[in-house]
Amino acid sequence: MAAITMEHLVKKYDDGFPAVNDISIDIADGEFLILVGPSGCGKSTLLRMVVGLEDITSGDLLINGERVNERQPRDRNLSMVFQNYALYPHLSVYENIAFPLRLAKGQFSEDEIDRKVREASATLDLDEHLERKPANLSGGQRQRVAMGRAIVRDADAFLFDEPLSNLDAKLRGQMRTEIAQLQRRMGITSLYVTHDQTEAMTLGDRVAVLKRGQLQQIASPRELYEQPVNLFVAGFIGAPSMNFIPARVDGAVFQTPIGDIEIPERVRERMGGAPEIVLLGLRPEHFEDAKFVDEAKAGHGTVFEAEFTHTEWLGNQQYGYIHYQQDETVQHKLNELAQELDADEMPAQVIVSLDASSRIRGGSTSKIWLDSRRMHVFNPETGENLTRDAEAGAELTREANEERKSEIERARQRDGARTSERRSGQTTRTGTADRDRAGAVGHDRAGTADGAGGSSSVR
Amino acid sequence: MLSTKQKIGWTVVSVLVLVYALFPVLSILMTSFKSPADLNAGTFLPSKFVTENYEQIFVGDAKELFLPALRNSIGISLIATFIAVVLATLCAYAIARLDFPGKKLVLTTALMVSMFPVISIVTPLFNLWRQVGLYDTWLGLIIPYLSLTLPISIWTLAAFFQQIPWDLERAAQVDGATTWQAFRKVIVPLTLPGVFTTAIIAFFIAWNDFVYGIGLTSTSAARPVPAALAFFTGASQFEDPAGAISAAAIIVTIPVVLLVLAFQRQIVSGLTQGAVKG
Repeated sequence: MAAITMEHLVKKYDDGFPAVNDISIDIADGEFLILVGPSGCGKSTLLRMVVGLEDITSGDLLINGERVNERQPRDRNLSMVFQNYALYPHLSVYENIAFPLRLAKGQFSEDEIDRKVREASATLDLDEHLERKPANLSGGQRQRVAMGRAIVRDADAFLFDEPLSNLDAKLRGQMRTEIAQLQRRMGITSLYVTHDQTEAMTLGDRVAVLKRGQLQQIASPRELYEQPVNLFVAGFIGAPSMNFIPARVDGAVFQTPIGDIEIPERVRERMGGAPEIVLLGLRPEHFEDAKFVDEAKAGHGTVFEAEFTHTEWLGNQQYGYIHYQQDETVQHKLNELAQELDADEMPAQVIVSLDASSRIRGGSTSKIWLDSRRMHVFNPETGENLTRDAEAGAELTREANEERKSEIERARQRDGARTSERRSGQTTRTGTADRDRAGAVGHDRAGTADGAGGSSSVR
Repeated sequence: MLSTKQKIGWTVVSVLVLVYALFPVLSILMTSFKSPADLNAGTFLPSKFVTENYEQIFVGDAKELFLPALRNSIGISLIATFIAVVLATLCAYAIARLDFPGKKLVLTTALMVSMFPVISIVTPLFNLWRQVGLYDTWLGLIIPYLSLTLPISIWTLAAFFQQIPWDLERAAQVDGATTWQAFRKVIVPLTLPGVFTTAIIAFFIAWNDFVYGIGLTSTSAARPVPAALAFFTGASQFEDPAGAISAAAIIVTIPVVLLVLAFQRQIVSGLTQGAVKG
């Protein structure tokens, strides 16, 4: 149990390049914090600085209020799950998990080690694999062994370095659920690095978005999504990502390449000092096929005609693509943004989310409706979000914090109830054990196993 | 998969290479069983299999020459191998893991030393050794053997260390290990196959050396087998010692074959498989 505090952390390499530049983050005890950003943003470096594998150039790192900058990794009492798992190939699963305990010489008796290892392996459904070598395990099982090695020790915090990026999509979803529930149940401070925003949004109590070694915004996933501070965060969070459309202010309307949009009241108040051309940030779900909009809602938005180049029907939803002529004054800025987001260039297209039953098809010109109340307006030069409501954002993060506390409380109660249930002789995990044995046959089979079944293993 | 045609092709090539490599060995083996009178008969097989030559080198006249030489060869080669492997392990670990000035220099020096012609050093070394009292001693051979075995050991081991994922060490450190513990408990077990391979190569180099062996020794105090073979004589001045030499040559081949057979399993590659994503 620990709080981790980073104060103005800087990592400069020998060539003077600051991989991590003046980052200050407070991680509360029991909090699940995500570090997210495109590749090369310094998120992994920051994690390695916390665990002690990278030296800190300047700034202070405090664990439970104690400065630990100069301490060796082994003296920081943190445990870490590596991207490639870093299992010891010459040791069995049992010995892999027992490794940290055996290193703490004299601290644990042989019986204690055995008890702790079996506890961890039961939590992670590794019981029948204890004697096997890592080489004979599937990807998901290896991942669990790495987790086991981390939880077997009473570490102050868990650090994860993109732990799921080597798994296939199905298994990734499954392990994500397991990690989330494990963390909730153990209530242990966690720091998790990822470039996958689904992981960031679903796992994190708070998410820190990094760009080129600098902290852009740290907030609850909901605040990041609804009240991003700048173009970068807005573009990074959300899939499909936010549409950025250049707009000229003309009295009460925005003139955009896809049509005129009425400026809502909320936006107009904040437009003081805005440049002549701004960027509108419109999420796909702000749009809808005009035929599917309720009378009550229709008044809050603008309806305009657009020609669709193509549509994608995904079963539960549908995306439509609209191309437009890009305004040259913002092209440069948008391409720069695209590069920051690991893409080549920003295509001059708008992705709109349509009702799954909408009959709009590629090549057709149709009426679409935009909920203009939810639009964001960005200053294209500074990237700043002009319409951000800091108070509303803070409120969202506060709410998320409250929810987290009650969730941990509930998880503990449920866990307590389950422990007593298990003592009464009921075996609840037979189903998952079977699934796992099937998974042992091969990575592929594990991938096709029922995803919902996996999450039950730690519930 | 190989097609049938390719398989046949490979088999033919393998057989050719094997015959080319093993025919002389077989010829020596046959010669070692010939009686002195049989030596010049010009036949491949002995007319009668006799163990006279083996008796000669183990219990007969050549005993005084061969047995001490065998002891010297085994002792000197093992010691030289052991020292080379220990030093090379530490050196290669540093080269693979640390960034220090002069790293390139160490590697190029090692390469240059191993390329230097042995024959050009042996005469100056002969003079030097006589003056410092290392001439005709075990140590006097171990030192030059290290110059042969160390470079190749460093190169093979450095390549081996570089294959081991660095994250394993980091993981061990986070798990609570000191640098030394991480090295001993994680890195060393993983490098054992590489160390064995290196040790065998180093042993062969020391075992097979002739130039230093004949140039830096004068008595059976330190003379290794390859040099001793040159001093074999027949039962009389007019007798060809080829039979005894062949027998001795067969005997010294045996440890080499045994070593390879014994450590074959250790040289299995792919021990690191499963450490990281698969």
